Amino acid sequence: MADSDTKPRSFQEIILRLQNYWAAKGCAVMQPYDMEVGAGTFHPATTLRSLGSNAWAAAYVQPSRRPTDGRYGENPNRLQHYYQYQVLIKPSPPDLQELYLGSLKAIGIDMDMHDIRFVEDDWESPTLGAWGLGWEVWCDGMEVSQFTYFQQVGGHDCKPVSGELTYGLERLAMYVLGVDHVMDMPFNDPQSPIALTYGDVFRQTEAEYSRWNFDVADTDILLQHFKDAEAECERILAAPYDDPKTGKRIVMAHPAYDQCIKASHLFNLLDARGVISVTERQAYIGRVRALAKKCADAFVETEAGGFAA
Amino acid sequence: MSDLLIELFSEEIPARMQKRAADDLQKLVTNGMVDAGLTYASAGAFSTPRRLALSVEGISKESPTLREERKGPRTDAPEKALEGFLRSTGLTKDQLEIRDDKKGQVYFAVVEKQGRPAADIIAEVLENAIRNFPWPKSMRWGAGPLKWVRPLHSILCILSDDEGATVVPIDIDGIVSGDTTKGHRFMAPDAFAVTSFDDYSTKLKRAHVVLNAEERAEHIWADATNQAFAAGLEVVEDKGLLSEVAGLVEWPVVLMGEIAEDFLNLPPEVLQTSMKEHQKFFSVRDPKTGKIVRFITVANVETKDNGATILAGNQKVLFARLSDAKFFWENDLRVAKSDMSQWTDALSNVTFHNKLGSQSERIARIESLAREIAPIVGADADEAAEAARLAKADLSSEMVYEFPELQGLMGRYYAAAAGASDAVAAAAEEHYSPLGPSDDVPTAPVSVAVALADKIDLLTGFWAIDEKPTGSKDPFALRRAALGVIRLVLENDLSAPLLSIFTKVNSDADGSDLLGFFHDRLKVYLRDQGIRHDVIDACIAMPNNDDFALLVKRAQALSAFMKTDDGENMVQGYKRAANILAQAEEKDGVEYSFGADLKYAEQDEEKALFKALETAKAAVDPALAAQDFEAAMGAMAALRGPIDAFFEGVKVNADSDVVRRNRLNLLSQIRSIGASVADLTQLEG
Repeated sequence: MADSDTKPRSFQEIILRLQNYWAAKGCAVMQPYDMEVGAGTFHPATTLRSLGSNAWAAAYVQPSRRPTDGRYGENPNRLQHYYQYQVLIKPSPPDLQELYLGSLKAIGIDMDMHDIRFVEDDWESPTLGAWGLGWEVWCDGMEVSQFTYFQQVGGHDCKPVSGELTYGLERLAMYVLGVDHVMDMPFNDPQSPIALTYGDVFRQTEAEYSRWNFDVADTDILLQHFKDAEAECERILAAPYDDPKTGKRIVMAHPAYDQCIKASHLFNLLDARGVISVTERQAYIGRVRALAKKCADAFVETEAGGFAA
Repeated sequence: MSDLLIELFSEEIPARMQKRAADDLQKLVTNGMVDAGLTYASAGAFSTPRRLALSVEGISKESPTLREERKGPRTDAPEKALEGFLRSTGLTKDQLEIRDDKKGQVYFAVVEKQGRPAADIIAEVLENAIRNFPWPKSMRWGAGPLKWVRPLHSILCILSDDEGATVVPIDIDGIVSGDTTKGHRFMAPDAFAVTSFDDYSTKLKRAHVVLNAEERAEHIWADATNQAFAAGLEVVEDKGLLSEVAGLVEWPVVLMGEIAEDFLNLPPEVLQTSMKEHQKFFSVRDPKTGKIVRFITVANVETKDNGATILAGNQKVLFARLSDAKFFWENDLRVAKSDMSQWTDALSNVTFHNKLGSQSERIARIESLAREIAPIVGADADEAAEAARLAKADLSSEMVYEFPELQGLMGRYYAAAAGASDAVAAAAEEHYSPLGPSDDVPTAPVSVAVALADKIDLLTGFWAIDEKPTGSKDPFALRRAALGVIRLVLENDLSAPLLSIFTKVNSDADGSDLLGFFHDRLKVYLRDQGIRHDVIDACIAMPNNDDFALLVKRAQALSAFMKTDDGENMVQGYKRAANILAQAEEKDGVEYSFGADLKYAEQDEEKALFKALETAKAAVDPALAAQDFEAAMGAMAALRGPIDAFFEGVKVNADSDVVRRNRLNLLSQIRSIGASVADLTQLEG
């Protein structure tokens, strides 16, 4: 019996089915990026790889952090740490919508019983200097995914265009599994000898991080880290392309981009601590965007970014 | 004759763009056809989320062959002239005809433009339309350069006549035209071929697609109202939402669901906004209580369980949404009842504009201004000040953070909960009004005071930092604010000296420049009421032109005056008098404004004018003092006959210098009496 004929029983089964589905469709199944990010888009497998002319197909889970969304593990839907499932295919294939609908089927959503809709939603990331057109995908009135055709990233026109799919895993899984509170959701199979819920895994950390994010994080240190990350990013990018030691041309787009990611997350933390005023906000976002643009400029100078010597 | 059917099949087109896109497709294709020489009988355009369709009927088979003759130079003209003619016609010398002309032999070029088959023209026109389509926002996809609103998948383009249908061949970056389309994404996904528009729309319906957006909207509305009616309820009408929802489905399925008991006590506006903004649900009201008790959602699919699963899912989403709304409402009420000043205090951290300070600084300005304005509008100064202080407190509330469009309305609920008077609570909602030219204008004195203070502070603030609207750019909606002030003043018949208020509020603002901006808005406003711009100019040129109630009364009277025969002719006479005076004053280097004396009057017409002016002045002056412009203009109209008769029979430039001067001084009385009413020289014609 195919997976799609049975209902998944746990959060992890939904993730595993998505992994299998996109692997079968030819995506490189990658692992989460090993840094704190606000969304799956920040993973260099999306941000940087959507640039340049080289073809690309990747799928991965990305743990994502939004400090301001912390609710100490008490809100049924809101978390400061959650998971996104991310698919990026370049150039976007003509049947991307069908591929996407196939993935919903794979996790047990029966198209004959549900109402799936593509509702206009233009995507824009001011911190990444990126925008695209697409939809939020609704299942019975609930947003289950973002579907975007990238037009610009880091200030560069995307040629070819990447198709990006982002699934909010907790929300989607809660719907598929029929769970009302995220903490009650089975994480592994409820029939397992040691059955664990999402709450068993994350209630504790949600509370800890909520307290830290909102009240304890040292804002002076965060501010200093922000400045350091910004300076380091600029310094890395200022280095000449030719490495004096190896004599090779090595453009350090990724190490620089790591610093950009750091700056972005530090900004989010500062925001959660409430120390950034409305006017300053725009300035901080602009500073991160400036870094993202420079990293994008550097990436297209690399071979992965389509640079031909 | 043949009929054309075009369908452009794509991924989901944003609902708000569909209608306009169908119209644009029709315009681009039919205009292109006509420009190329084709004729047609009728055309209609349609849209669904996934397709734009165009049907054009009665198209001529081909464009006519055109024969154009052009006359060239004479055969004995210089070689250069002939070369130029050949270049411009694209012919060679031996293709020219030589004909006899009056002046000798002349070259003629006869150019024949061959007619082209309709299919060739349509292929060209459609390709051009697709490549240059005026989408508000378009995108690329895959590796191609083509732009469309979302990826374009197929082009159906057929011409049909009695002998059948043929595909008009087009290839746009690999998208090749054909005669097939697809039905509903889930209910009938297979491709099928069509032979005509009728065949197309019939087969589409069988494939669960209603092509016509109006038909979808009608179906949704009829089904929604029926279901509500059967439950003793009524659907809250929302035309914008209806057309949006009709653009989200190809096969509308109307489902009515319950709102959980816990939420029925939320303000109806909150329920309605949350359901509409987030879920695109219609609200269903109990006509007996006015409360919103159910919702209508429109699905795009029929299911075996008649939508039970879909409805359950929607209800669940709504539950989560309304839980948030209820949480905000209860938290907000708690704050409002305990101490609203924590909201107003929080606004000191919110920047209104980096050169104009924080929201709370702005509120302080509005408060003192409202106090100032209160006596003018008949409001209690303390109450107006309190209303101004609380009017924007709701900007700190959680509900308004979530639903900015509820600002003001929530303010009213929260102010009432905080124990404010009805007038103060109402001002929280009404001080934003009027928002547009057709929005209601508040009439309650406290609301009027705060509404005026709010808008005047906005305008003087941006004038002070020199951020005025330019061209189409008006990011702070200052034109709307100015029109708001104008309507507040006029519709409440307020006599307010605005210029002195401007200067008092913000001495950095160029008050007279701002007043000029108001006058421009006023012209637009009065033009819509049928008052000519020159009539308005004639009144703006008068003193106290910052008192708009006065200004408009004058303009209305003058406008009515100018529509009468006497009025128009009196103004002609006035202008003639003014011109003669201006010339004489220029020549003589003096101003003729001394009293003329009846004893030097020689002719009857002259004497009659003396008398008429005396009578008119006796009537005009008190009428003006009483601001009764109608009476003043009426008295002035009586001058028409005597003025006409004077110019008819009297020579101003008499031989006697005494008589001449006396006549000029008499004319100056016409000038001064006219000038006391309006600056009649501004009038055109």
